[in-house]
Amino acid sequence: MGDTNLLDYVIQKSGQDVLSCYHCQKCAAGCPVAPFMDIQPNVIHRLLQYGRDDEILKSATIWICAACETCGARCPNDIDIAKVNDALKQYAVREGIKGKEKGMPAMHNAFLSGIEKRGRMHEVSLIRELRMKTGGLFKDMKLGIKMFKLGKLPLFSEKVKNMGEIKKLFEKARRAQ
Amino acid sequence: MTDNGATYSYYPGCSLHGTSREYDASTQAVCAELGIELKELSDWVCCGASSGHSLDETLNIGLPAHTLKLAEKEGMDVAVPCAACYNRLKVAEHALQEKEGVREQMKDLLDYEFQGTVQVLNLVELIKDRVGLEKIRSKVVKPLTGLKVVCYYGCLLVRPAEVTHFDDPEHPRSLDEIMEAVGAEVLNWSYKTECCGGSLSLTRDDIVKGLVDGIVDMAKEAGAQAIVTLCPLCLENLEMRQSDGTYPVFYFTELLGVAFGLKESEHWLKKHLVDSTSLMKSLRLLS
Amino acid sequence: MPQKKIGVFVCHCGINIASVVQIEELVKRLQESSGVYYATDYKYMCSEPGQASIRDAIKEKELDGIVVACCSPSLHELTFRRTSSSVDLNPYLCEIANIREHCSWVHSDSTLATEKAQEIIETIVEKVRLDEALDPIKVPVNKRAMVIGGGISGIQSALDIADSGYPVILVEREAAIGGHMAELSDTFLTLEKSSELLSAKQREVSVHSNIQLLTYSEVEDLDGYVGNFKATIKKKAKMVDWDKCDGCGKCIAVCPVKVPFDQEHPLGKENAIYLPLLEAGPKRVVIDKGICQHFSGECSECQTACPKSAIHFDEQDETLEEEIGAVVVATGYSMYPKDRIGEYGVDGCEDVIDGLQFERMLAAWERGEGPLRRPSDGKTPRDVVFVQCSGSRDPEHAMPYCSRICCMYTVKEAMVYRKAVPDGQAYVFYIDIRTGGKGCEEFTQGGIADNRLIYMRGKVSKLYREGDKVVVWGVDTLMGKKVEIAADLVVLATATVPSPGAKELAQRLKVSADDYGFFQEVHPKLRPVESPTAGIFLSGAARAPMDIPESIMHASGAASKVLALFSQDDISHEPIVAFVDEDYCSGCGVCVETCPYGARELQGRKRVAKVIEVLCQGCGACIAACPNGACQQRNFQAEQCLYMLDAAL
Repeated sequence: MGDTNLLDYVIQKSGQDVLSCYHCQKCAAGCPVAPFMDIQPNVIHRLLQYGRDDEILKSATIWICAACETCGARCPNDIDIAKVNDALKQYAVREGIKGKEKGMPAMHNAFLSGIEKRGRMHEVSLIRELRMKTGGLFKDMKLGIKMFKLGKLPLFSEKVKNMGEIKKLFEKARRAQ
Repeated sequence: MTDNGATYSYYPGCSLHGTSREYDASTQAVCAELGIELKELSDWVCCGASSGHSLDETLNIGLPAHTLKLAEKEGMDVAVPCAACYNRLKVAEHALQEKEGVREQMKDLLDYEFQGTVQVLNLVELIKDRVGLEKIRSKVVKPLTGLKVVCYYGCLLVRPAEVTHFDDPEHPRSLDEIMEAVGAEVLNWSYKTECCGGSLSLTRDDIVKGLVDGIVDMAKEAGAQAIVTLCPLCLENLEMRQSDGTYPVFYFTELLGVAFGLKESEHWLKKHLVDSTSLMKSLRLLS
Repeated sequence: MPQKKIGVFVCHCGINIASVVQIEELVKRLQESSGVYYATDYKYMCSEPGQASIRDAIKEKELDGIVVACCSPSLHELTFRRTSSSVDLNPYLCEIANIREHCSWVHSDSTLATEKAQEIIETIVEKVRLDEALDPIKVPVNKRAMVIGGGISGIQSALDIADSGYPVILVEREAAIGGHMAELSDTFLTLEKSSELLSAKQREVSVHSNIQLLTYSEVEDLDGYVGNFKATIKKKAKMVDWDKCDGCGKCIAVCPVKVPFDQEHPLGKENAIYLPLLEAGPKRVVIDKGICQHFSGECSECQTACPKSAIHFDEQDETLEEEIGAVVVATGYSMYPKDRIGEYGVDGCEDVIDGLQFERMLAAWERGEGPLRRPSDGKTPRDVVFVQCSGSRDPEHAMPYCSRICCMYTVKEAMVYRKAVPDGQAYVFYIDIRTGGKGCEEFTQGGIADNRLIYMRGKVSKLYREGDKVVVWGVDTLMGKKVEIAADLVVLATATVPSPGAKELAQRLKVSADDYGFFQEVHPKLRPVESPTAGIFLSGAARAPMDIPESIMHASGAASKVLALFSQDDISHEPIVAFVDEDYCSGCGVCVETCPYGARELQGRKRVAKVIEVLCQGCGACIAACPNGACQQRNFQAEQCLYMLDAAL
């Protein structure tokens, strides 16, 4: 599990002092998606202290967080939980850990690979790639057709001219991991 | 602030070139009417949205920093209509301002020496603070009398407050004031900054439906006929995932267009998944 | 000058000094040193045998100055000066050479450390050689106290001092004494009526021959020093002749200014002219000039309505100068403004109130003024949600500290609420229940069980209006579930903060306040009721959030400090002060400007600079500043310092 423990990794990467949490759950009380999380946000802090890293990294919680920052705005101890979750997601991806939530990592991967190819996000390509990976190719199909008819889903993607810089950025990012 | 008079760099972002073309069109038209020239940054790159910060810290800062680099080259403050793009650009700007290490990293990755000479402005900020309510009022030819709306800011415009420094993070008012200036009846409600779950929309619509319905229900309860927003992700999500299927959601620029009497307005409104023209017609705001 | 016989006493301090400094060698060298008449050593000089050896040597060798080479003077200077006095050697001829902190503790090379110890000692020997015998400066004590703040702690301090036979001026900013205690409903732990408990104390104050009560008055300035302060007090114009007013209330009925419910209105202020809420004493009205429309407009409604012609708008503020010997600060607390908590700030919602407002509502019910009604529409609240730690324990947004009183008053308010509305339900969101103290835990647990209060561990994230309800988004962390309650009334236990203006008052009194504006004590553990300025003492919640019993304890503690001061006819002041050689003084006044203590002034026709010895702290600033070398300091004279430097270098 890497060269440093997960708690230190998270504190260092996110810049958040998760140890100052006093478990009032004001985060969960205001979180729009907390009822769908398998581990409540503050409990992640507790599990980090216990060293139960595997549970955290395989949890749906880290992927379900919508990064809306409501928790961070109201936390009495100034813990930005969205940033904590970013650090955890990045760690899980780096270590190749597959958890309970499959859709979100696939979506993010498809999104970034599109940018690496074109420099811009292209909705039709993104949805196609995502559905190829996760199945449900015909999910939202009716919606898609309606949007297409409204001219909201251009079939052809835009591409940035100067892709060299973007390719370089992605390569260096991979090396930095 | 750079001394660029009424010309700004413009970063539309991917949504405005895709699902939210009506936002792009209405933004450009309304800005032109208000005497603002928008010059689209050439060859701009995606901000990385929620995928960047979820998967990779380098891309999280690197992608939006690329846009900051383009904007600094142009030397003008940059207007950003999409709340998600705005948020990512502000996060990158904040990291570059605060962290020496990030500045070093960007020098290496993008050959970018951060200067901090241009400001990143969201569209509400640009129109309310740079143009001003007086000017907006002066352009109104068809006040939106009788239109009852609630203003929906979403998460990304106001949070984290220490990054965006925009309006009150719990009770923002900027968009309310703009809509009041064009004659709409703006109702107070408590879901201004509740999250719609936009980033989960493609994969976890089971979660998102509940969030969207909650927001639509609260808007109705407040007595509003429609929701006005500035975020393309929120708008698409609110339209796609509502159970009602008929509750209109507008970009604020579309309504400014109607109030300013811009002919293209009807065309924009026809681009919506949820019928937006009937309400306007019933109030005689569209013919 | 005849050579002084100076003795040096080297302490081993166990091994603290002796393990590094070679004591035997050091003493031998000192015995050979020119200025030293006698030198010896001992394992612990501060012990009784050690002190006895010093006393014996002073007598036998007829020493007229001594140096004790030991630890820091902050530890034992006083000890050894007392040793000297006991055998009639003037204590100011005893000095400490610090060879522990300044030498043995910070060095390891024994040879060099021994040399350094020798130099330190020889430097101090030079000082003693030219030291004068000095006597402490005596200042008489003015045995009259001033208490600032007429809440329960100020009342208690004033009564304790007055009961001991000393005169007290009690200064209260509002028109009546009683403070927040006058607003409270039943108090914990006994559920006795707060106003009844208070009224007995108020009555005592009003009839006490030793207490001069100045209501509607504020302390503007304080000069002087312990035992001899001079206070400037502003008596604000009440605009009402209290000899004529009989409190009939006809004026209040016509006043057009309404104070909103959710704004602080201590003591029952609901209009610009009001009757201070007061159980004891005659009822008489006052006018708040700040909000009265006579001064912002043309209104004179109350004057017209008054059957006694008691209202005089032309009455002016009055300034009093009072001489006192001690000051007790008892300015109390106020509540953190709830509208500063964004997520609880429901736009203009009157049904989100703070704990003190709820006290006033409950007290009105107890007085028999009808059923409990919520502010917005007068409906009786059936579901009441209490939110603890609203702004407390929130270092990021508000106050980092625990406000200490809220856990107790919240459970008490919930209990009284259940009496007022027997079919109502009270919910309490808490993070931790902190009810230490005699009887407090039993009171809380009993209250929760007997009244079926629902306590939920978790913090509320957001409040908002929905219809005529206030929706509370909370969480039950013990269940791990989000909780949503549609409440009729929400009571926020907002953080306890210092009284408005506390920081400004601290500046005027020249005492320090902490970051939040609470008055700073000398030592939080050992000297909690003393300010760092001698003669100024702290009472009650002006120092930190505390409940009524604790305030009363602190109040009596502060009073006993005043009484200890008043038990002496005069107080001593260190004689190490500046003095002026008038022949050299040009009267330029630089010293007057330089002195941080106001201890310098120009006097007489010649305008020579003088030193007010009791104010001088011996800091030396004026001496360094004097362009003519006319200023010197006792036992730190220029010549003396030069000899010391010679010895040191």
